[in-house]
Amino acid sequence: MATLQVELVAVERKIWSGEATSVIARTTEGELGVLPGHAPLLGQLAEGGVVTIRTETGEDMVIAAHGGFLSITERGVSILAETAEISSEIDVERAREALRRAESEGDDPDAVAAARRAQSRLRAAGASD
Amino acid sequence: MAASLRALRRRIRSTQSTKKIFSAQELIAGARIVRAQARVEASKPYAREITRVLSALASSASLDHPLLTEPENPRRAAVLVITSDRGFAGSYNVNVLRRTEELLSLLRQEGKEPVLYVVGRKGETYYSFRNREMAETFTGFSEQPGYADAQGVGEQLIAAFTAGLDDEDGDAGADGIVGVDELHIVYTEFRSLLSQVPVAKRMAPLEVEEVEEFDYEREERERQGDGATEIAPSYEFEPSAEGLLDALLPKYITTRIYAAMLEAAASESASRRRAMKSASDNAEELAKNLSRQANQARQAEITQEISEIVGGTDALVSAGSND
Repeated sequence: MATLQVELVAVERKIWSGEATSVIARTTEGELGVLPGHAPLLGQLAEGGVVTIRTETGEDMVIAAHGGFLSITERGVSILAETAEISSEIDVERAREALRRAESEGDDPDAVAAARRAQSRLRAAGASD
Repeated sequence: MAASLRALRRRIRSTQSTKKIFSAQELIAGARIVRAQARVEASKPYAREITRVLSALASSASLDHPLLTEPENPRRAAVLVITSDRGFAGSYNVNVLRRTEELLSLLRQEGKEPVLYVVGRKGETYYSFRNREMAETFTGFSEQPGYADAQGVGEQLIAAFTAGLDDEDGDAGADGIVGVDELHIVYTEFRSLLSQVPVAKRMAPLEVEEVEEFDYEREERERQGDGATEIAPSYEFEPSAEGLLDALLPKYITTRIYAAMLEAAASESASRRRAMKSASDNAEELAKNLSRQANQARQAEITQEISEIVGGTDALVSAGSND
């Protein structure tokens, strides 16, 4: 079966790379599913979005990616993010706490961005209400 | 005599304790180099990917983004200098600042007014001591810069650059803020443990050739004949190519600032280790010389005591024989 070579890189480190059967992401234009053989595409990931990678073994890996881009070539898919976290590494309690704190700070742009990040973290961890 | 022996012993003790500090600093710096190098390595995949994406975008989109086009009449140029927060690093800061001065005078010759942005307490002190104006200073992270720090710096620079787009002949344009037309960066490149070289680079307007040059790994693949399929696939863009370019270029600049900071941090630790190594060697040498002097002084004291005793007995003996 054809697979995609997926690379997930954050600024400070490479987070994951490997073979996958599909990738689901949300760009600023809308939800997008990538299967092997997808046409080359460059997309900007929606803020607070979640990327799902279905690995070769059939597991779903959910990732909270912030400030990212998606690049699809014949070679595979690369996901670039300023920060990215795999769902299993996310501390749900801390994300909730961060969300509460950010929401209490009101309309400050930094706080809004922090709230979005916290939300996407919760969404990736499957703990959003 | 006894007093000087005591003074010598005190100096030996203090030299030895400073030597301990130096060698501790040396060890810390040594550990930090390894960590800094690991971080430089870890940041490379992202830099590579973003460069690849940008080159793909650049080859498909019409390149009229302000970060890519040369302004007709550049008036002001921002210079970002990366220095360290602490001293104890030999000639590290001096070299970076000297390179900066070269760049500044070059810019002035070209009729551009340089605007300083300084990272690191040492650079800040250097310019404030000379009463030179700095647009912004950033301190507290020179040894272990995080991406968030680079983002903070990047935002300021890009804001200044964006504000400079509508300036005319040095006057603030419609937005009432005098911005800059060019972005330069001066930092220390980490070539090896023994060689760190201060370099000055222009970040914006970006030259696309530079972007491609940066993408050395891809070139290598193409040389190996493996890159045949890599040649500019026609991409689809989400959102539009221009929208993507808008979002991507600032990130690219930030990535470059981050990379420069990481290199500078590695260089700083390497310089510090070298400086501390020679300082502790010197301290050891000094302690050795001092203890030689102390031994000599002690020996002289003993000799003098003996001759005094002998002199004393001689005097007593001759006094007794007179009776």
